[in-house]
Amino acid sequence: MELSRHWRLQNQRYRLVGEVCDTCGVKIFPPRDICPECSKPAQELYTFSGRGEVYSFSTVYNAPAGYEEYAPYTVALVKLVEGPVLTAQLTDLGETEPEIGMPVEMVTRQLRTEGDQGMIVYGYKFRPALAAAV
Amino acid sequence: MRDVFIAGIGQVPVGEHWETSLRHLGAKAILGAMEDAGVDRLDGLYVGNMLSGPLNQQEHLGALLADFVGQRGIEALKVEAACGSGAAALRVGYAMIVSGLAEIVGVVGLEKMTESRGPETTAALAMAADGDYEADHGVTFVALNALLMNRYMVEHEVSHADFAGFAVVAHANGVNNPNAMFRRPITAEQFVRSGVVASPIGMLDASPIGDGAAAVILASRDVARALKTSRPPVRIAASAFATDALAIHDRSDLLFLDAAARSSHKAYEQAGIRPNDLDLFELHDAFSIMAALSLEACGFAPRGGGVRLAQDGTIALDGRLPISTMGGLKARGHPVGATGVYQVVEIVQQLRGDAGRNQLPNPLWGMAQNIGGSGASIITHILQAPE
Repeated sequence: MELSRHWRLQNQRYRLVGEVCDTCGVKIFPPRDICPECSKPAQELYTFSGRGEVYSFSTVYNAPAGYEEYAPYTVALVKLVEGPVLTAQLTDLGETEPEIGMPVEMVTRQLRTEGDQGMIVYGYKFRPALAAAV
Repeated sequence: MRDVFIAGIGQVPVGEHWETSLRHLGAKAILGAMEDAGVDRLDGLYVGNMLSGPLNQQEHLGALLADFVGQRGIEALKVEAACGSGAAALRVGYAMIVSGLAEIVGVVGLEKMTESRGPETTAALAMAADGDYEADHGVTFVALNALLMNRYMVEHEVSHADFAGFAVVAHANGVNNPNAMFRRPITAEQFVRSGVVASPIGMLDASPIGDGAAAVILASRDVARALKTSRPPVRIAASAFATDALAIHDRSDLLFLDAAARSSHKAYEQAGIRPNDLDLFELHDAFSIMAALSLEACGFAPRGGGVRLAQDGTIALDGRLPISTMGGLKARGHPVGATGVYQVVEIVQQLRGDAGRNQLPNPLWGMAQNIGGSGASIITHILQAPE
């Protein structure tokens, strides 16, 4: 179930809250309290815009336990406009073929369910950027 | 620092060992290595294993295996660094001898992966990635390599078919290895047509999981010389370990294996050789993209050039830098925590002249590189042929 683990991640999963290094200014996601660039403390919170582009992607046909019902699905490395890269599923693709460089934006979606009695885990996915939002 | 020698080797064929338990697989390899070295007593035992907890409901492998090889009482522990666990255990054993804390130790790499359902094994392997920020998003281990490969293909303008040579060479070499899981050749056409697992990675890009165990006995110079065996001891000329960000999205450069560059260059310096001095390289071809990235990071090809070595004959048994000489991860099989020790066992076979039909002509230097995760833990060892 790992209830507390998923609860702890709510600010990252629902709002893309990371950090900014007040020494070198680099934006950090996920938060780690230590700047990966200059190794100085970095604890100032920073909320990312959720806009970015596809850096790489792959469509998964052999899913792990817990994700089998969703296969095939497409995972991607998304490079946020603020700099960091994160891993997430692409969603709402419709007829759109994903490609490297495609502009995307964050949405909140179901990541998985843990059976009829278990948790429904929500988090970020990325969809093709809507024209009105660009 | 004291010199460390490999005095004995043991291995079981990689495959589906339904009739043999985890502990007996490990014991067979260790007892085989002890017999090869002519020893009946160890100072310590180091067990490389990744998934015995989730897949076999068994941890605490050090004490278990020490007891089941007749060494109850000695120091023994499990070492874990994902798919790099085997070489990580070797490094711990090496450190024990180098430091003088022990005179003779056993190292075994061990994994039993065929008792669980595929999706459960896939989920367990994903534990090598970042749980909160990769695995929770449905990313499999294959998918991480697929993300690397897709970007590589676009950035370097190469096609999926350009990678075929890695799998073709590995399968050709596996034919003559009685311990290999796959002992049949494949063609480039079969590679291209194989079913997609996670685009662009196909079935024949990926190494097979399996059950396996391989072991070595390490000894100091004086103890190795005094052993009652006809086997010439093989010196470990270098041992180096480096890390990178666990999650591939946190890498400063997605298409460069920084930990491979760090650990291989430390190893070259320690051994006092240059990359061109190597006669063979057992690299971590868990996926064809990983072989290309390793060759680049270790100094054998410029960026984007690793895949070319799969096309020009360089990596074949009669090429300038033979790789996967006994089948590699692709054809020998990849029982994850065991792999790093299989690689070293195979180099010892080559350096002793015991590699059968795949024997290279008088090799002097062999390098093994074992990768944990998608490049976060990379361990490099260089072995020198007996005098």
